Amino acid sequence: MDSKDYLKDISAIKDLMSKSSKFISLSGLSGVSAGIFALIGAGYYYFNVQQPSNNNLILTKDIVSSITIIILLVGFATTITTFYFTSIRSKITNEKTWNSTAKNLVTSFSTSLYIGLIYIAILYFKEEYTYIIALLLLFYGLGLINASKYTTNIVKPLGVIEVIIGLFCIIYPKHSFWFWILGFGIVHIIYGGVIYYKYDKKQH
Amino acid sequence: MKNIILNINKAFDHRIRLGIMSILMVNEHADFNRLKELLGVTDGNLASHTKALEKVEYIRVEKQFIGRKPNTKYYASELGKQEFKKHITALEKLIKDM
Repeated sequence: MDSKDYLKDISAIKDLMSKSSKFISLSGLSGVSAGIFALIGAGYYYFNVQQPSNNNLILTKDIVSSITIIILLVGFATTITTFYFTSIRSKITNEKTWNSTAKNLVTSFSTSLYIGLIYIAILYFKEEYTYIIALLLLFYGLGLINASKYTTNIVKPLGVIEVIIGLFCIIYPKHSFWFWILGFGIVHIIYGGVIYYKYDKKQH
Repeated sequence: MKNIILNINKAFDHRIRLGIMSILMVNEHADFNRLKELLGVTDGNLASHTKALEKVEYIRVEKQFIGRKPNTKYYASELGKQEFKKHITALEKLIKDM
C-alpha cells in the first residue's frame, strides 16, 4: 500500500463512522410544515376558542380541553409530514429511512418528550393549567437536544432555542399563546426554511 | 519508522475489516444486515471478514432470535478498540511522514 491508499482508508473510516451513527435525512421542510400547523392551531384557537372581549382569560376546563385537542392534532399532523419529508429526502441522501440510527433518533427524542407529556398530563388532571405551554416548549426542546447526537449538527441549536423560549414562557405564563406562536410557529418556519435553503437544496 | 510499521495491524489490512471496525467504534453494536447495508458487500464476503475479526477477538458476536428470525449482533471488544486506535494513529503518522 502507498500513501494514497492510506488516505483513502482514513476517509473511508470517517465516512462510515458518520454514516453509521448519524441520520442525515431530516428535511428543513419538516420544520416549515410543523410551524405552519402550529400557526393554524393557534389561529383556530384565537378565532374560535378564546373569547375576544376578555383580556384576562380565565382557563376553564372546557377551554383547556379544546387547547389539548388542538395540540394533539398539531402534533399528529407534524409527525405525519415529518415522516413524509424524511422519506422523500432519504431517497436523495440514499439512506434507508427506518435504519437503526433513525430508531435511536426517534427513541431519544420521544423519551424526553414523553416524560414531559406525562408531567403535563398530571398537571392537567390536577387542573393546574398555567404552565402547560411552557412545559411543552421546554420538553420539546430537551427532546431535540437529546436526539441531536444521532443527527447532523442542525437540530441542537433549534432545541436550545425552544428551551430558552420555554423558560421565558415560565416567567410570563400569561403570554403562553404568543410563546406558542413564536416557539412552535415562527421559529420552526424560519429555522426550517434556512436549513432547507442552506443544506437540502444543495444536494438536489 | 520501524515502530510505525509495527503498529500497522495486519488484521485491519483490508477495506471491509477496517469498515466493520469503524462502524463498531461509534455504535454500541450493529447487526449483520446493518453492516451489509453500510458496507455494500455480499453475505459470504461479510461473514468471512467478521469471522476473521472474531478469531483475533477484536469483535464479539451475539446470536439471538427475534421472533423466528436469527439475528447476529456484533460488538467491538476492548482489545479491538485499542488495536483500532493504534492502527489509526499509525496510519496518520505514515501519511504525515510521506
